[in-house]
Amino acid sequence: MTEHAVAVTAVPSESLRGRVGMLCFLCSEASFFAVFVVAYLFYVGKSATGPTPGAVLDLGLVGVNTACLLASSVTIGLAIRAVRRDRGRAFVGWWASTALLGVEFLAGTAVEWHRLLRTDGLTIATNLFGTSFYSLVGFHAAHVTAGVLAIAVVLALAAAGKVRRRDAERLELLSWYWHFVDGVWIVVFTSVYVVGR
Amino acid sequence: MLRDTAGRGRTSGRARVSSAAAVLLAAVSGAAAGDAPNRTPSIFEPVSTPATEIHHLSLLVFGITAAIFVVVLAVLVHVIVRYRWRGDDPGREPPQIYGSGRVELAWTIVPILIVIVLFLATARTMGTIQKNRAPEGALRVTVVAHQWWWEFRYPDLGVVTANELHVPVSTKDRPRPVFLTLESADVIHSFWVPRLAGKTDVIPNHPNTTWIEPEKPGLYVGQCAEFCGTQHAGMLLNVVVETPETFSSWIEAQRRPAVVDPAVETGRDLFRSTACVNCHEIRGAGASGDVGPDLTHLMSRATIGSGVAPNDRAHLESWVRDPATIKPGVRMPAMQLPDRDVDAIVDYLETLR
Amino acid sequence: MSEIDSAAVLPAPGPAPLGARLHEWVVTVDHKRLGLMYVGAGLFFFFVAGIEAALIRWQLAVPNNHLISPDAYNRLFTMHGTTMIFLVGMPILLGIANYLVPLMIGARDLAFPRLNAFGFWVFLFGGVLLYFSYVAGEGLYGAGSAPDVGWFAYAPLTGAAFSRGNGTDYWIVALLVSGLGSIATAVNLVTTTLTMRCEGMTLGRMPLFVWMMLVVSFLILVAVPPLTAAQVMLLFDRRLGAHFFDAAAGGSAVLWQHLFWFFGHPEVYILMVPGFAWASEIIPVFSRKVIFGYPMMVAATVSIGFISLGVWAHHMFAVGMGTTLNSLFAASSMLIAVPTGIKVFNWIATMWGGRIRFATPMLFCTAFLLQFTVAGLTGIMLAVAPFDWQLTDSYFVVAHFHYVLIGGLLFTLFAAIYYWFPKATGKLLDERLGRWHFWLFVIGFNLTFAPMHVSGMLGMPRRIYTYPADRGWEPWNMAASIGAAVQAVAILIWVWNVIRTFRRGKPAGNDPWNAWTLEWATTSPPPAYNFEVLPTVRSRRPLWDLKHPEDPDWKYE
Ligand code: HEA
Ligand code: HEA
Ligand code: HEC
Ligand code: CUA
Ligand SMILES: [Cu+2]
Repeated sequence: MTEHAVAVTAVPSESLRGRVGMLCFLCSEASFFAVFVVAYLFYVGKSATGPTPGAVLDLGLVGVNTACLLASSVTIGLAIRAVRRDRGRAFVGWWASTALLGVEFLAGTAVEWHRLLRTDGLTIATNLFGTSFYSLVGFHAAHVTAGVLAIAVVLALAAAGKVRRRDAERLELLSWYWHFVDGVWIVVFTSVYVVGR
Repeated sequence: MLRDTAGRGRTSGRARVSSAAAVLLAAVSGAAAGDAPNRTPSIFEPVSTPATEIHHLSLLVFGITAAIFVVVLAVLVHVIVRYRWRGDDPGREPPQIYGSGRVELAWTIVPILIVIVLFLATARTMGTIQKNRAPEGALRVTVVAHQWWWEFRYPDLGVVTANELHVPVSTKDRPRPVFLTLESADVIHSFWVPRLAGKTDVIPNHPNTTWIEPEKPGLYVGQCAEFCGTQHAGMLLNVVVETPETFSSWIEAQRRPAVVDPAVETGRDLFRSTACVNCHEIRGAGASGDVGPDLTHLMSRATIGSGVAPNDRAHLESWVRDPATIKPGVRMPAMQLPDRDVDAIVDYLETLR
Repeated sequence: MSEIDSAAVLPAPGPAPLGARLHEWVVTVDHKRLGLMYVGAGLFFFFVAGIEAALIRWQLAVPNNHLISPDAYNRLFTMHGTTMIFLVGMPILLGIANYLVPLMIGARDLAFPRLNAFGFWVFLFGGVLLYFSYVAGEGLYGAGSAPDVGWFAYAPLTGAAFSRGNGTDYWIVALLVSGLGSIATAVNLVTTTLTMRCEGMTLGRMPLFVWMMLVVSFLILVAVPPLTAAQVMLLFDRRLGAHFFDAAAGGSAVLWQHLFWFFGHPEVYILMVPGFAWASEIIPVFSRKVIFGYPMMVAATVSIGFISLGVWAHHMFAVGMGTTLNSLFAASSMLIAVPTGIKVFNWIATMWGGRIRFATPMLFCTAFLLQFTVAGLTGIMLAVAPFDWQLTDSYFVVAHFHYVLIGGLLFTLFAAIYYWFPKATGKLLDERLGRWHFWLFVIGFNLTFAPMHVSGMLGMPRRIYTYPADRGWEPWNMAASIGAAVQAVAILIWVWNVIRTFRRGKPAGNDPWNAWTLEWATTSPPPAYNFEVLPTVRSRRPLWDLKHPEDPDWKYE
């Protein structure tokens, strides 16, 4: 009977498991971020005191950051393609650029925050804007940090020659996470720097 | 102790015959009453438009749900009795029935229809009750909830009082609804006098409104209905509904500054020289604190501590000595006054008619 | 899979010393052991929270009672509610799913066994942390101890200004941590169900139990993270001076309510749907009939899952949301009666025309049907927004949710325990004690909670540590307190039944109930690898097909 042949999927069950698991995890993450986004939008313009987003948020810097993060989604995709085709050198190259772009994003955020804290005197306790801004952007940055760390570990392993084609599946999952964090940034960027400004 | 202007006021005959539930409840609460005045704040004995509307709606809802319950009960009992295994023929299995589209459709559609009826009734009642602006000729009162007492301000009449809300009765020929603005000084509370209206939460930084239209004089009790900390249970609420004449004379009295009686000079000085003045207002005595209830006409109230104790000499004394003995957790400290000073202060308080 | 197969042929180890056995349980990643540990821990917390409930009832038995101080009382109901929901309901339902899902779909374990162990230990840590607050809160700051803000912890009462000490912080962190455990387990259950079913088990052939747990797991994935997020915000408010819920700085107390109930309402279905899941397995077996309308049951469950995400503000009818929102949420809340009604009717239709054997599991399921209907109908009354203005935050609500949580969840839980206990231990619980347990519990439960409907409508608010004598609430409260004592006796009988069965229970055999799902095809208790040979199925009731080769199910599906 044909309906018995359920295992007619291209993906072996082991990696299917990883994929479904990762999707579930990302689903819960999305739900988590959604709340912070909603809270941010809800409090736009409701702060009792300054500074306001319009006065202190600098689009130039964050534009560069955004470009880097978006580019990193491309590079990690290329890296995965390379490892699937067993092209070790290309993989390391694309993988390392992903890490670099991620680091740039974090560094850029650090600069932005430093400015906000020092020059503009905006802390998490200043007003509703500070409260919701640092929470939302901070949680996103924490996720980028986690991603960069994971990518760095893989990079170290790759440098030691330990990353092969058979690892492609797991790297692919990591790249899903990275794309997700990227996607979240698009939402965060839109809410914070476009809608809320 | 509380002045019960019109006894229990639970002889709302119509409400009682109109619902079997109400009859049962009235019977039981009557039986439990004994000698003590019974002030059961039953939602089945409404005396004000919003509560009456809800009461009518509730009867419809009870009717529908009771019918559903009876049907389910009857079918279930039938199944239990008819299809229980009686120990015969253990190996035999009954015919297997996998489902029936038509039957299942039926018990999808019928509930949908019932839900539509319920929803329409809901929307209709909601439309009648929910009002955002004060109706013409309404009395306006601002309710400020505090941990754990109520402040009542009559902005149009220049009166501020606490814990006992006085309102005039609203009759057919002299309608006088009361429009309440609800504000909180700290956490969330909820304003609930079951026989007058449903609850409305009192939320900081989120003013709410509600209204009542009491049609019979009397004392109606309620209490804070949103958990608000230690003494949530001790945040009782008394609404005194009076004839228009009694109400006007009450307003008249409340407007006057505090009595100045030279006989209690010592007490008044003590009140002004201890912390009392930081928290309480007594108009005409130079006390203008706003942390605690206004005491200008303290003795016009039947209770203290937001209804937890009768307003008599003994309770006032122990309240001033250490209010936590009456209301543990209360936001008024024990002032560690010697007995002599307590006596003098209470002497003074007792003149605040 | 080959390494698992070879492990299977190793000889079973003999009885090991206690320390070693304990160590085995601590390091285990076996879904059955973790499942049992979940259930065990959940039951332990059930006794704790039950004792708290007993104290509550003792205090409320008579008016003006000074047995328990207001603060201690507020801690009691907060801990009782929080424990029952997060440390009793959640772990038990996850535990039973842990135990049964792989068995029912013919798998050898969950998809991520180590993640599963992580989920359990994280949950346990959260539970211990919550109770640690009783001893620790006092020590550090000298103010407050256990949380006393109610199980939904409304802002701004939870803010640093009104909730001193660190009781509230314990509440936040404990639930946050155990929430992570629930999410981990939900990821596991979804993945297992979607990728590890045995040959022939299409989605349409999964036992209803598995379907319903799939829906529950999705709900957990979507609904628990918002609670986590809201709790993080609250923690920021309390510890870093943020202003999310700080009304004084423009923050919104209502936002907390939206976020909490966006979690809180799906949560109550997360708790109830597993009860539906157990009943959907038990009722057919004891009626000797296939479940009536399987596809409709699946569809109803899925739509309950969806609708339950859109009804949360029915907990907030009194906050002044305005007529439009109130109507919207009233409508969606009433709508949920439709799929739920389908279930109730389909269960009854399953019994219709059967040969019903009223063994203890079936007794509990039958009482569940009736009591849950009562509970659902009071839920409908609450969904009638204007009526809710009278009923909300009164004892009527307390009655409603104990009727669902006990009359619904706890009754089906007892049914499930009587039903699957023989599978997990190899021994049958005693039927005579079971009937005592059942009848006393039915009486005690109804005696406790039916009067609360009345006291609520007579104006008694919830969460009050005492009440004046002139309100006419005394008889109802006294009845409730007596009922709680009867419940306690019933539960002690059950505990005795379990202890006695462990010592000298009747051996159960593989399939004591003549049932139809795969877990009964293996030994009781099942071996570590579950099945010697992974099964192949051709219908929803593989064991029926085996037992009735002349009239197999797959001919009809
Ligand atoms: C197991 C958990 C569970 C379940 C399943 C439910 C089910 C339902 N609940 Fe309940 N609820 C709680 C747990 C649960 N609830 C808890 C814990 C609280 C309080 C939280 C707190 O404040 O502490 C609460 C509070 C609560 C409120 C807020 C009360 C308030 O605080 O003001 C409301 C309001 O709408 C509500 C409604 C409903 C409805 C409409 C259902 C429906 O799903 C019921 C549907 C079922 C039926 C209707 C019966 C079967 C159907 C038929 C026989 C078909 C025919 C019927 C009709 C056509 C009507 N619930
Ligand atoms: C699954 C959920 C669940 C369950 C099972 C229960 C079970 C019980 N609850 Fe429930 N309750 C809640 C969930 C639950 N509750 C929630 C969510 C709240 C809201 C909290 C809040 O407002 O924040 C609440 C609030 C609540 C209140 C309202 C408090 C208030 O508002 O002031 C009351 C009052 O009577 C009460 C009573 C009871 C009783 C008598 C039981 C009984 O059924 C308990 C029966 C059990 C026992 C009596 C224990 C038996 C054990 C022994 C005898 C000891 C044996 C010990 C060993 C062998 C070690 N509960
Ligand atoms: C820190 C503030 C504070 C101080 C100081 C204080 N009170 Fe109070 N008082 C309150 C509060 C708050 C209440 C309301 C308590 C409640 O009902 O929960 C109250 C209530 C009262 C009441 C009952 C009023 C009523 O109608 O219920 C009296 C009488 C009273 N105080 C007298 C005094 C006297 C006399 C002193 C000084 C010896 C004093 N208070 C000092 C805060 C204070
Ligand atoms: Cu104020 Cu409860
Ligand atoms: Cu709900």
